[in-house]
Amino acid sequence: MQTMIGRASPRLIGLYREKSWLIFDVFFPMLTVIGYVMIYKAIGAPEDYVGFVVVGGAMTAFWMNILWSMSSQLYWEKETGNLPLYIASPAPMMGILLGMALGGMVGTFIRATGVILIGSLLFNVTYTIQNGFLLGIIFILSMISLYGLGMMTASLFLLFGREAWHLANLAQEPVFLVSGFYFPLKFLPFWVSAAASIIPLTLGLDGMRQLVFASGATLGFLDPKLEAIILAVLSVFFIVGAKLLLDHTEKLAIREGRITENRR
Amino acid sequence: MSSLTRKDLLSKDFLSIFRRSFKTSTWLGWKIESNWTDPFLFAVYSIIKPLSGAAIIVVMYSVIAQGNYDTPYFAFLYFGNAFFQYVGSVMTGVSWAIVDDREHYKTLKYMYVAPIQMPTYLLGRGMARILVGTLSVFITILGGILFLNVPFHFSEVNWLLFAVTFVLGIIALINMGLILAGVTLMLARHSDFVGDAVASSMFLFTGAIFPITSLPVVLQPIGYALPTTYWLELIRRALIGNVVDAFPTFAGFSNLQLLGILTAFALVLSIVSNRIFKACEHRAREQGLIDRVTNY
Repeated sequence: MQTMIGRASPRLIGLYREKSWLIFDVFFPMLTVIGYVMIYKAIGAPEDYVGFVVVGGAMTAFWMNILWSMSSQLYWEKETGNLPLYIASPAPMMGILLGMALGGMVGTFIRATGVILIGSLLFNVTYTIQNGFLLGIIFILSMISLYGLGMMTASLFLLFGREAWHLANLAQEPVFLVSGFYFPLKFLPFWVSAAASIIPLTLGLDGMRQLVFASGATLGFLDPKLEAIILAVLSVFFIVGAKLLLDHTEKLAIREGRITENRR
Repeated sequence: MSSLTRKDLLSKDFLSIFRRSFKTSTWLGWKIESNWTDPFLFAVYSIIKPLSGAAIIVVMYSVIAQGNYDTPYFAFLYFGNAFFQYVGSVMTGVSWAIVDDREHYKTLKYMYVAPIQMPTYLLGRGMARILVGTLSVFITILGGILFLNVPFHFSEVNWLLFAVTFVLGIIALINMGLILAGVTLMLARHSDFVGDAVASSMFLFTGAIFPITSLPVVLQPIGYALPTTYWLELIRRALIGNVVDAFPTFAGFSNLQLLGILTAFALVLSIVSNRIFKACEHRAREQGLIDRVTNY
């Protein structure tokens, strides 16, 4: 618990100390959101689609956080020389990963809320919340499974060299596409959506849209209750997987001398 | 080497250093970008990202238009989005070397003591991304023509207009990248995202995906003040001329007039960018920022 709080605190304190994130993490993502909204407006899409883009745009913050501040984090720590210190300290690595996840989740939640607030005010988005309880459950399960995935991939990235940066870079637009960040998932071929469901935000976003927009239910991929069950399974799978993988890769990385290498 | 006089610029040494700086940094840039994996995987990596970006817009359009791609707006959107890929790859390509060399490889200070021209070095380092960007644009357009019936008729293309416009636009973008490189030199944090952030802003204001007349009146002047707006308009006129008639933003301007505006932008940026870069570089030297590592 001490390790977790210790690792989470720099991320939370950073929110207050370094306020430039407001521009880079809220204002600039908003520009992309506005661009996509303008496309929908230009082709005369129903108003709910504007809301889909705003919510999707906000959720990109979580995915970017997973890629650059969870998956790649141990790799960066290795590059900057912190990783051997983590391993040499009595702090459990799982605690460090959980701290990263907690700090990242809280910080990103504030950023995503900023995008939703500005987007909703700017485009007058109407939300029709149909089941607040289920919405909360889906959001929480999405976050647990998403950050579980981040913890799992963090240990995988520990083994990577220069390719880590490129892999994280590659997992942006293709994921935005197959996970339906800017359009309802239902419009992708079923098996593409089913395969993309391994990324928790795919089902999380679909479920949340179904529960907050009037036309959401007609444009949903699966029943939100089923999506919540799948997300619960994914949460357990990713967190247990993260623990097992971390133990394995840590041993492997120590044995092969990858903890202190710098292959840039 | 960076404080060159007019006499130096006309000397044989200048050309020789230019050639050497450009050739070596292009080779270095290409190796850094591509040799982390095998060539096949690199090719796949290079095209998946931009194709996915284009596919997002295609799916968004398709969901609402129910697969009817045979509209002027789709062609406008598709070509604008495809060529806009250059904005990110050229500008970030040129400015990214500052971040890469200073933060990651910690070699920027060595570049400054080496007998090279810094702007030429940065251009060379960016060439790999420009080449990959070219491949992405080509594949995106080819995919649109083959699979989405984007209205493109080879015989109706104004190739001369396209070639001149293309070169002028790339010159303008390279110089904007050099300005960004100067700004990046002075930034401690977020320098990684400067190129992408500026490209995102331009995505909105330059009429890449919708006519700038759709923007609120108060924001439209931003679009008119950017060379990319004219570049994209001329590219569309050259490649899909008849489609552009449906969007009268620049209806009052002939091709020649627009070309004149773009040329003026390219010329002014070529002069201004070098001066801005030099000013930023001077400030960075004075404040000891050339070898600053922030680990941010």
